[in-house]
Amino acid sequence: MKRIQINEDVCIGCRLCEVWCIVAHSKSKDIIKAFKQEKPRPIAMIRVQEDIPISFGAQCRHCPEPICVFSCISGALYIDENGIVLHNSKKCVGCWTCILVCPYGAIMRNEDEKTALKCDFCMEQGTPSCVEHCPNEGLTLVEVSENGF
Amino acid sequence: MKSYLLPEFKIIRDDDRCIRCQVCVRQCGFGVHTYDEENDIIISDESKCVGCQRCAVFCPTNALTIMTNPYEYRPNANWRKEFINDVKKQAEGGGVILTGCGNDKPYKIYWDHIVLNASQVTNPSIDPLREPMELRTYLGSKTNQLEMVDGELKTVLTSQVMIETPIIFSALSYGAISFNAQTSLARAASEFGTLFNSGEGGLPKELRKYGKNAIVQCASGRFGVDPEYLNSSAVVEIKIGQGAKPGIGGHLPGEKVSIPVSRTRMIPEGTDALSPAPQHDIYSIEDLSTLIYALKETTNYEKPISVKIAAVHNSAAIASGMVRAGADIIALDGIRGGTGAAPKIIRDNVGIPIELALAAVDERLRKERIRNKCSIIVAGGFRNAGDIIKAIALGADAVYIATAALVAMGCTLCQKCYTGICNWGICTTDPWLSKRINPDIATKRLTNLLRGWSLEIKEMLGGMGINAIESLRGNRHHLRGVGLNKWELDVLGIKGAGE
Repeated sequence: MKRIQINEDVCIGCRLCEVWCIVAHSKSKDIIKAFKQEKPRPIAMIRVQEDIPISFGAQCRHCPEPICVFSCISGALYIDENGIVLHNSKKCVGCWTCILVCPYGAIMRNEDEKTALKCDFCMEQGTPSCVEHCPNEGLTLVEVSENGF
Repeated sequence: MKSYLLPEFKIIRDDDRCIRCQVCVRQCGFGVHTYDEENDIIISDESKCVGCQRCAVFCPTNALTIMTNPYEYRPNANWRKEFINDVKKQAEGGGVILTGCGNDKPYKIYWDHIVLNASQVTNPSIDPLREPMELRTYLGSKTNQLEMVDGELKTVLTSQVMIETPIIFSALSYGAISFNAQTSLARAASEFGTLFNSGEGGLPKELRKYGKNAIVQCASGRFGVDPEYLNSSAVVEIKIGQGAKPGIGGHLPGEKVSIPVSRTRMIPEGTDALSPAPQHDIYSIEDLSTLIYALKETTNYEKPISVKIAAVHNSAAIASGMVRAGADIIALDGIRGGTGAAPKIIRDNVGIPIELALAAVDERLRKERIRNKCSIIVAGGFRNAGDIIKAIALGADAVYIATAALVAMGCTLCQKCYTGICNWGICTTDPWLSKRINPDIATKRLTNLLRGWSLEIKEMLGGMGINAIESLRGNRHHLRGVGLNKWELDVLGIKGAGE
């Protein structure tokens, strides 16, 4: 089971993870089109937390016992067969309970759609885009055991 | 005072490509780029740009081109742009102009005028992919002869340090470069089986575990020198001079003396680290001998003692004195050697090219029959494996590289090392900028460089029909000069091409 490891010591705060998260979740998958043409512009599901010199990119940790899933009132959040916490926006009612309970602040709001938004581990492309494009290995993919450690 | 200087660089932003992601804004430590939210544009203050290319490399859409600002004064062969601008700088600041990196002036680079030999017909070349090739090198004083009794070696050998390739990382002190950068050098040296040099800023406790691969310096400031430091190393080096600034001491500004730097250097936090120009206990060869033997006593005669000097006019005679004073290794740093900070006028005008110094020193020591008493390491602007193999054929035992190592880690020679701001995270102690060097990545880049160059050296050796670097050492018959005058060929001790 692979999970994203945050390496705070080498995060340089460039926010390329946010940029490429936006591209990965755009319709065109083209960086210039995603930023300049697509309206509304996709929202980054990873956010760099920064208090210089400390910084790190944080996205959903895909907890083995996800409080967000347990708290979701509409069944929009669920765990898939790989243990990835996913969000079905069709079911989401925008109550923001998940945002309230997430201990990592990793769930975003899609203000236009009035739904929650979270990291989907880039299920379609294998390696998450933020990991793939981090220039300093501030985010890496590591193997963890079934219980998430 | 209004500055009359024009920006050195021009920043061209392709607006069709710029997505306002502000990566450039965040990557520039000099504050060149700022985002104007009101107009949704990025404004670039070119006067602050140092041309390090960090923003251009990190721009995800390649929207940035940083180029030399093409402005011209009226053409003048004497008053070139650089000299006009330097005068303007001094008229505005009234000080010594500081700079970093090595001499960038067009002095003749002799490596570019020396060509190598290869085997054809009368002697076979060797394919290094099929046959073993030896780059292993031993540094240290060699005995005059070996005495064997009943098949047993009777001679007590002097201490030797083995390296797997004749390429060593040159002195880069902690404080001048970041902890992460020094860690990367230490790890790469350790992984590849070569040496790194602590420079004069001491060796952080965390890096003592790489001591087997460390050359530790004892320089005029004596920063961080104590018996534990000396004994943690493979080689102890007395630093007399540096190629970028012969005759000049060092000055690490107080801003770079953070708590860990102060601890390693054993000086108060925030104070300027001043290295005196001379070693005040060395005013003669006899004084040098005293220090060499003091260090040998401290390290129980287990470590070779190196003495590093800048290549200057009488290097050969000085080197002879150094060997007689007891130096096991002589390190020569040529006019193109790098620095973290030096007065520009010194860097650009003092010293001699390493090629000539090396040839002169090797020749002199051979004539005096003391060449075996020391190893020679040369430094100062080695750019590729070709330069290195030529140096070895000219008489060097090994080569120090520092600028090339920094370039491998990301440096683009913007020459702003003295400011304490390094966008590539190398020449800074700022904890935010230092994070830009990930030791895992930088170590890999450094070992890749060592591997690449070592393979190339093997290829060239094979072409010459030689299977051990030892057989090429000082073998000037494998070199020929192209476009050199008689005196240059004489000093280098090589024939002209065609001869």
